[in-house]
Amino acid sequence: MHRKEKDNRIKTGRRISQSFIFSLFRLSAVINGAVLVIVIWFLVSRGWRAINWTFLTQMPVDSMTKGGILPCIVGTLIISLGSIAIALPIGVASAIYLNEYARPGRLVRFLRLGINNLAGVPSVVFGLFGLSLFVVWMGFGVSIISGCLTLAAMTLPVIIGTAEEALRSVPETYREASLGLGATKWQTIYRVVLPAALPGILTGAILGISRVAGETAPIMFTAAVFYTPSLPSSVFDKVMVLPYHIYVLATAGTNIQETRPLQYGTALVLIALVLGLNLVAIIYRSHLRRQRSGG
Amino acid sequence: MVDLAKGFIMKNGLKMSTKRLNFYYGDCQALYEISLDFHTNQVTALIGPSGCGKSTLLRCLNRMNDLIPYSRAEGQVILDGEDIYDHDIDVVTLRSRIGMVFQKPNPFPKSIFENVAYGLRVKGIKDHVFLEERVENSIKRAALWDEVKDRIHESALGLSGGQQQRLCIARAMAVEPEILLMDEPASALDPIATQKIEELINELKRLYTIIIVTHNMQQAARISDVTAFFYLGSLIEVDKTENIFTRPALKQTSDYITGRFG
Repeated sequence: MHRKEKDNRIKTGRRISQSFIFSLFRLSAVINGAVLVIVIWFLVSRGWRAINWTFLTQMPVDSMTKGGILPCIVGTLIISLGSIAIALPIGVASAIYLNEYARPGRLVRFLRLGINNLAGVPSVVFGLFGLSLFVVWMGFGVSIISGCLTLAAMTLPVIIGTAEEALRSVPETYREASLGLGATKWQTIYRVVLPAALPGILTGAILGISRVAGETAPIMFTAAVFYTPSLPSSVFDKVMVLPYHIYVLATAGTNIQETRPLQYGTALVLIALVLGLNLVAIIYRSHLRRQRSGG
Repeated sequence: MVDLAKGFIMKNGLKMSTKRLNFYYGDCQALYEISLDFHTNQVTALIGPSGCGKSTLLRCLNRMNDLIPYSRAEGQVILDGEDIYDHDIDVVTLRSRIGMVFQKPNPFPKSIFENVAYGLRVKGIKDHVFLEERVENSIKRAALWDEVKDRIHESALGLSGGQQQRLCIARAMAVEPEILLMDEPASALDPIATQKIEELINELKRLYTIIIVTHNMQQAARISDVTAFFYLGSLIEVDKTENIFTRPALKQTSDYITGRFG
């Protein structure tokens, strides 16, 4: 009898400590979700009034207190897609070298160390790097191309990291089967390994785009200006972008209070744009996955 | 080690042989002085407990071990009079002469057709009529045609394990190799699928030289003509399969095949 009571006490204690721990975990997860909901609710509630057809399709007028943000939307799209278009091939090629070709050794360790450290460099440092290398030394000036190159350099570690992860997750048996059939190493990579790794590589591109689209510091000195009278017509043009536009309206304008709704509206458009780009990539990725398992 | 290989005369020609082959993973030696002959149109079974080196030996025969960093082979592997470890040997050509079937079925995440056509496509063959004919013949030879003929362009991953393994055999045969290496090809399959693979091996030895690693003693006895017993990286005994299983020369061999260790 005594023993049974003791057993029960232990069981109860265990149950309480278990549910306490699980509650903590659940709370952490809920906080995460809540933060996102709050941010979006905050932006929507303050910004939705600013959003209308004119806002999305017109040039800004009257020192940007009226009119639209079309050049910023276009600029952000160009800058994000451009930098990914540069970073993706270089990043994937690097990952292929590191994961498929390089024999483990000092060189590979050194390269990985470099890549990992690159990921830790603050974005404003990339801005200064881009300013001195692309803008001044290479003579591209403050332009779309300088901004894209700077952002590409910044996002490379993310792309390389996820691409390497994706390549590593391709079963070794695929490579063995291909080589065993008399395929060369490159044929094996091109025909078997890369297609199998593509969904994972796209995940890297998605992460890259999200980060690039929202960055301000790296393009502040390299690509973005607070006003252009027209849409860019070449890669050597200066460009307006959403995050920098928010920064300018919120800190540097003369009518900060008056443009408050525009600032929230712009932020809302930025978030929607990033989510939209992600969505397209995610849909494409799941299409690839289906294709891969279905035929 | 007793060299019994000279003790029996094979009626078929010599296809491949290893001569005092040593193999190392880094500092760890996995094969010791292996000298073994493989004859045309015969099934040679490599048996022995786990870690005895039989898979390592199999992977030396098409230089699959080249992929392992810090590994090296010493000695010779002679294929039709040529040492495949010679410097001027093209590994890619070599591997298309020696087909390999792995322990776990490993079809590519492609259609059944593309799986079998793969080895031809990497050779640069584009002629669709030729591809279709060769693919169909290979799948028929692997005794899989009736089961897949209506879904040849569907994913190979939708096949059962046994079907996948026969597909892998068809894929290996499509490039018309001279030798088939099989690394425990039935160990991941159920008894019925295993039986089909064994029947297939029996059929295929008319066309190829087959070298098969197996853990399954009955399987070795059923399908092979010659059996080689390995232990701790050394070749202990090799003889006609019936001799190995009825009157092995060494106690170690008889202990293993009667299940006393391993």
